[in-house]
Amino acid sequence: MRTTLHPALLMIASLIFAILIAPLFIILGASVSDTSYLTFPPQGFTLQWYSNIFEITAFRTTAITSLQIAFFGTFLALLIGIPAAYALNRFRVRLPSFLSNVFVLPILVPEIVLGFSLMKSITIGLDLPVYTTLLMGHTLLVLPYAVRVVGASLASFDFSVEEAAISLGCPPLKAFLTVVLPNISAGVIAAFILAFITSVNDVSISLFLTGPGVSTLPIQILAHMEQFFDPTIASVSVLLMLLTVGVMAIVEATLGLTFLTK
Amino acid sequence: MMKRLTPWILVGPASLLVLAFLILPVGATLVETFADPKGWLAPYAAFFNSGFRRTVLYRTIEVSLITTILSVILGFIAAYVVAQMPARWKSIMIIAAVFPLLTGVVVRSFAWLILLGKNGILNNLLLSLGAISEPLTMLYTKGAVIAAMVYLFVPLMILTLAGVLEGIPKDVTEAASSLGAPPFAVFRQVILPLAMPGLIVGAVLVFTGSFTSYATPQLLGGESQMMMGTFLYQRAMVTFDWTGASTVAAIMVVVTITIVVLMTRLARRMNPMAA
Repeated sequence: MRTTLHPALLMIASLIFAILIAPLFIILGASVSDTSYLTFPPQGFTLQWYSNIFEITAFRTTAITSLQIAFFGTFLALLIGIPAAYALNRFRVRLPSFLSNVFVLPILVPEIVLGFSLMKSITIGLDLPVYTTLLMGHTLLVLPYAVRVVGASLASFDFSVEEAAISLGCPPLKAFLTVVLPNISAGVIAAFILAFITSVNDVSISLFLTGPGVSTLPIQILAHMEQFFDPTIASVSVLLMLLTVGVMAIVEATLGLTFLTK
Repeated sequence: MMKRLTPWILVGPASLLVLAFLILPVGATLVETFADPKGWLAPYAAFFNSGFRRTVLYRTIEVSLITTILSVILGFIAAYVVAQMPARWKSIMIIAAVFPLLTGVVVRSFAWLILLGKNGILNNLLLSLGAISEPLTMLYTKGAVIAAMVYLFVPLMILTLAGVLEGIPKDVTEAASSLGAPPFAVFRQVILPLAMPGLIVGAVLVFTGSFTSYATPQLLGGESQMMMGTFLYQRAMVTFDWTGASTVAAIMVVVTITIVVLMTRLARRMNPMAA
């Protein structure tokens, strides 16, 4: 689709993109302001708010929790999600069709409802540790990425290649690992990246699944903001944006960013 | 025997996770609201009889609808331009949309806190231009919540629609214009119907996302602009009214699932390319 663009359309679109990016630069500016309150344009220049992050232990501990939960949650989701995606593609006729809808449920059910229900039934009802429930909540949150993104890769995989390997005497697990997996690696990488960043940024599930000594970074940021309105939050936000930049660099290097418009 | 069970063994762990940690807990939340000791549907009567709670629901619907409409319009314009740009500009624009999308909701809402605050940029700008004599109260208003939500969802809309618009074959639009259709007619009679299914899917994502959001109304709306998400949290964790919280949760689930099911069905039926 290509026609000539009206200059007015081009201007509106440029404005939209400028407004999408500008607030993030404003955070960068506000994070180096030598004032005790948030302001932009920054007055003076200081890095004290960045060193302040490391002096507040809650930021450090919650950042570690967030990364741990995101890593293990994503790993678990892939560990159980890839076999599920494989079975749904390979044995489509032998499994009931409603099964693939089951893995859409974590997207369909509002996150905040899931968080609240997990707190009620699992943390309090079953008396499971908060950390375990948090991990399970995040695994569920990212499971759809594992099943659907990997599933999309599997949909274009020719299973007769795998059958050839098996009929030539390759054991099924080895055939999967050496024949199927290398062919769907792009999907696995994409699922890992999307799942990881979704988990790190999550608020609504974690909201109810924090307890003594267990909290995630976004929840800690919200709690900090309720008491202080200093540039510390701006500097934490800049660090989180650096993580985004890193993730985008990985996406670009492995799959190309246009992958995300598909 | 083993062979027959293989598919089930492979889907087993993931299905069990969804069953144990989603279907059962969320199901319990929903069932509780229908098994209240005060009577069948009593929690819903309590919800709809309270003027305050009705206001929260109506406000949530209003904010979500306005957010959806604005995001669709802005997202469509941006995506339309993206689809026609030469490759280099296209990738810059996609980066500009992906970057905010992958940045967390807390960070993006926080940006609007700096923009709209009493000492915020917008107030300072208006003051220095002499448009106002004292700072306006922009935070904790409906407008602030809507602005931040549109900001939140436009990138999603752009990426959804850019893919859809790119997929429209060039021949189709060229055929229309070469047969004499003016640009607006090409848009209204060719591009829009072809983009409609994708547009509906995007709009549903925006609406349900706004309807169930927590962080944005919490940061920019506060107590005075309570929405369903913030109200659920307040019921559950501040007043410990779990029945009230479960009722809010049930209404959220019913509204989201109804909209998703109806609209995806509509989108599927409207696809003119699927014969």
